[in-house]
Amino acid sequence: MLPLDELRSKLAADAAEIIGRYPNPRSALIPLLHLVQAEEGYVTGDGIAFCAEQLGLTEAEATAVTSFYTMYKRRPVGDYHVGVCTNSLCAVMGGDAIFADLQQHLDLGNDETTPDGKVSLEHLECNAACDYAPVMMVNWEFYDNMTPRSARDLVDGLRAGADVAPTRGAPRLCTWRQASRILAGFPDGQAAEGHTAGDPSLAGLRKAKEQGWTADSPPSTNGGQQR
Amino acid sequence: MTTILTPALTAHWDEPDSFTLDGYRRDGGYRALAKALAMSPDEVISTVKESVLRGRGGAGFPTGVKWGFIPKGDGKPHYLVVNADESEPGACKDIPTMLNNPQALIEGTVIASYAIQANTAFIYVRGEVLHVIRRLQNAVAQAREAGFAGRNILGSGFDLDIVVHAGAGAYICGEETALLDSLEGKRGQPRLKPPFPATSGVYGSPTNVNNVESIASVPWIIQHGAGDFAALGTEKSKGFGIFSLSGHVTTPGQYEAPLGTTLRELLGLAGGIRAGHRLKFWTPGGSSTPLFTEQHLDVPLDYESVAAAGSMLGTRSVQLFDETTCVVRVVLRWAEFYEHESCGKCTPCREGSFWVVQMLRDLEKGGGTEADLDKLLDICSNITGRAFCALGDSIEPSVKSSIAYFRDEYLEHQRRGGCPFDPAASTLFTMESAR
Repeated sequence: MLPLDELRSKLAADAAEIIGRYPNPRSALIPLLHLVQAEEGYVTGDGIAFCAEQLGLTEAEATAVTSFYTMYKRRPVGDYHVGVCTNSLCAVMGGDAIFADLQQHLDLGNDETTPDGKVSLEHLECNAACDYAPVMMVNWEFYDNMTPRSARDLVDGLRAGADVAPTRGAPRLCTWRQASRILAGFPDGQAAEGHTAGDPSLAGLRKAKEQGWTADSPPSTNGGQQR
Repeated sequence: MTTILTPALTAHWDEPDSFTLDGYRRDGGYRALAKALAMSPDEVISTVKESVLRGRGGAGFPTGVKWGFIPKGDGKPHYLVVNADESEPGACKDIPTMLNNPQALIEGTVIASYAIQANTAFIYVRGEVLHVIRRLQNAVAQAREAGFAGRNILGSGFDLDIVVHAGAGAYICGEETALLDSLEGKRGQPRLKPPFPATSGVYGSPTNVNNVESIASVPWIIQHGAGDFAALGTEKSKGFGIFSLSGHVTTPGQYEAPLGTTLRELLGLAGGIRAGHRLKFWTPGGSSTPLFTEQHLDVPLDYESVAAAGSMLGTRSVQLFDETTCVVRVVLRWAEFYEHESCGKCTPCREGSFWVVQMLRDLEKGGGTEADLDKLLDICSNITGRAFCALGDSIEPSVKSSIAYFRDEYLEHQRRGGCPFDPAASTLFTMESAR
């Protein structure tokens, strides 16, 4: 953790760039909080003070915003923040079993971190990948079609420093802090990397191609049905 | 065989560079922008009105009409905000669209901004999707470099800044006025309407908030013409849309089809319910829409037909559950979601969601009496219509419909003093193989 004056000297230029993106400076608060999280690993008191002074807000105003959003952490999380979707669909498809198994395997409760600081565990709400259920996230990258065994292998790999690429995402998995920096609007150059169209994303397209169906010729002219 | 699927936004997702500017242009991308910039802004709005494109974020309000609400010559800056905060349980169409075809969204953003004369557009994307955010950042940079965004776009004199804004984890920010507060750097809580965003949106200026799929459909409409779009679909629900199938289905995934396609048709292409099982219940449009059952397989999935059958088309988020699934468990988990995501601004939602969760937890464990079902329904009916925004209204539908269709399953929990289902039977893996 850096004291406030060092945060200032280290982040002032980045903060100015973020603020410059917006017609009204206060809009920069959400990305600024991502920025301090990237620097500190979580949103510290000094981080809040830094954001507040950049925007002319009180610390109370900045704190109120911080506490509203689940992605801002008020204490350290692991280098790899592991989430298991336990919203209804993923839960039923296996997310509940995966989460229970991981808690036992890592000896962690919800929202806790391993003693080595490598892995923290949290159950998540729907992450918009239901067609890949059960879904897990590590530092907000997708790990699809998980099982208790593949989940255990994943966290073991993360703790051992192994190369565990996401199913759909950048092949070089970012740390929690690196990911937060991308969220603040500073890309890491991996946008063009990684395979993102898994089987479910292509399921309908493949069927349509088999049949020669397209949207470009309306059904009324290609013999198809018109409702 | 008649045409069931009409890939448009999804048509090139199988190409390895479908997300790049080069890939998008090879497939005809940015021709619509040139065409739109040669039209007047009002002509662009008229074309989108004629296509009868309705908002793909769930509400189904005609997109062109919404654009038409933006005042003209008012001297204030105008803004376009793309709602890319896809978080409704079951919804999973915008995320793959932005991963695999972000340039369609960028082209649509430029066209829509031109139509409403906005010089700044925000893409408010949920924060929990890192690679989507990378792809959007990259797509905006590539479009700007090629002259499709930024200053004097294609020599037209029209300027547009596009800002990719990553959220920080809050489902409520998918509600358009909560999104605007969040975009202004505040807690994401909904605003009283009126005034509507079209007159007083972000920074108090005229603002259009549109869903990703709505905006990404605009280039296709401009390029092919409103008539081609309106030729698809049903009488009042025109065009194509992505249907997202998930759960106990043989081939889950994204199926882009004309509105009005039935689940029976979609399941026929998706290999049916997983082998050896049968459909028990499903959501036509995500967790906030009343459940359907096997008896609704032939309901045309358009706004009017789904509503007439007692549910809502929503975001076409079709979550399928087979007979191994406990409906009480599913509904409880959704209620816990709304409880967790309630922003706390209004009492019916903030307090009501906690009461509903407490009662459902008790019922799922086999507690309570039959009278508790009526009490639960009474609490729900006191939330709906009395909450500040649609989040509160989303709590009741699954509770009410599940009791209507599966009342005896609730009572069976009480008779047994616990859940009669084995959760291991519902998982997509066998527990033995997963050890």
